[in-house]
Amino acid sequence: MEILRQLSESLKKGEAERAAELTRAAIDGGLSPRAILDEGLIAGMTAVGEEFKAHEIFLPDVLLAARAMYAGMDLLKPLLIKEGIPTMGKAVLGTVQGDLHDIGKNLVGIMLKGAGFEVIDLGKDVAPAMFIEAALREKADVIGMSALLTTTMSVMKQVVELAKERGFYGKIRIIVGGAPLTDAYAREIGADAYCYDAMKAVDCVKGFVGGQ
Amino acid sequence: MMRETIHVPVDRVIPDVGAVLTGQGVPPNSAVDERTRQLAQQAIDRFRDLASPQGIILSLGEAEFARIYDGAGMNEADTPLARIYPESDCLALFAVTVGEDVSREITRLFSCHDYAAGAMLDCAASVGAELAAEAVERHVRDHLIHTDRFSPDTGLLSFSPGYCGWHVSAQRKLFDFLRPEEIGITLNESHLMTPLKSISGVIVAGPREIFQFEDNFPFCSPCETHSCQDRIRSVFSGRESIR
Repeated sequence: MEILRQLSESLKKGEAERAAELTRAAIDGGLSPRAILDEGLIAGMTAVGEEFKAHEIFLPDVLLAARAMYAGMDLLKPLLIKEGIPTMGKAVLGTVQGDLHDIGKNLVGIMLKGAGFEVIDLGKDVAPAMFIEAALREKADVIGMSALLTTTMSVMKQVVELAKERGFYGKIRIIVGGAPLTDAYAREIGADAYCYDAMKAVDCVKGFVGGQ
Repeated sequence: MMRETIHVPVDRVIPDVGAVLTGQGVPPNSAVDERTRQLAQQAIDRFRDLASPQGIILSLGEAEFARIYDGAGMNEADTPLARIYPESDCLALFAVTVGEDVSREITRLFSCHDYAAGAMLDCAASVGAELAAEAVERHVRDHLIHTDRFSPDTGLLSFSPGYCGWHVSAQRKLFDFLRPEEIGITLNESHLMTPLKSISGVIVAGPREIFQFEDNFPFCSPCETHSCQDRIRSVFSGRESIR
């Protein structure tokens, strides 16, 4: 569908107004919200993500694309809700207790939404119990935690331990990220994955929701 | 210089476009389109409007600093700073900030989906905070020069809790001693500063050779940057204060 190809292209170019116009035109033209979402917005963000992973574009390009995606999504969301179209899955995100750095966590949220996931953003300085309660309440597929300090990354282990206590460890998957973290640390505390950047987080969440 | 508040001129903390783009993960000398370059410039202009950089310094003796360095007793057994500071000629605690307005604007930009502008401003503010720390370090160097305590062989290097084996919990004692709350910097329970774009630590001045160390401490292996080696080189090239 040409208009959806153009919509996808507008995201790649980071053209927010154009993305909104094309989304409006697609809606008015009677295209299904699902098609607009999948073949326009998600297709555009997926292409942007691939270019980013291939180092063909840089973070500012991705973030401009994300803004364009939201311009379209703002128009589409009421229709998606009205028609009960499910998201790709649900992730609860937050920066761990004691840590106020949230840029990395925000980027993960943006990219997950761009990939079609619902994101419950708990913000920063999030207590371990809040991750658990939110994940259970929201029936989340994934808990994502971010930390930028060596002193706060230990909170991640508390969340993993709480997940074990509450009996959903392994059912709700746990991903972690942040500057001081390593793959080895993620394994040590029992997290399901260490995500070194937002694109890796999207790949991990897709894999978990897809049953990998 | 016993204890001094320093109002850093905004012009001294304005990053260049290249530094902001590097902070965004754009490799140096990459072909960047005009739109991205403009975004970086807009972030720098915003930062110029919002930044209110200031710092506070306090000179102290080796024994006093030893207590601060020990902090909550959680440092690595052996660290570069533990070897260096007893050999120093001058020690000064410092804290600098570019203010809270910048952080508020970053949050606002993200909340209205202007992610590219928000992330760019975040980078500009991080670089700006580093430049503010450099300005304070220059102030200490100038003071040493004016008091005839700076020789051609003198180097300066700053260290911050949370890096190079100096545990971040030492922030508590550093804050108790320096009291940077006076310039609006506070510490939370996990030793994190507010405003977020703030830097604290100790400036060490002494003979250049005391700053030479290898990056083979046990805690060096997970470090991805090994920027300490650049810092040491900067001391020997006469350009101090790369964090």
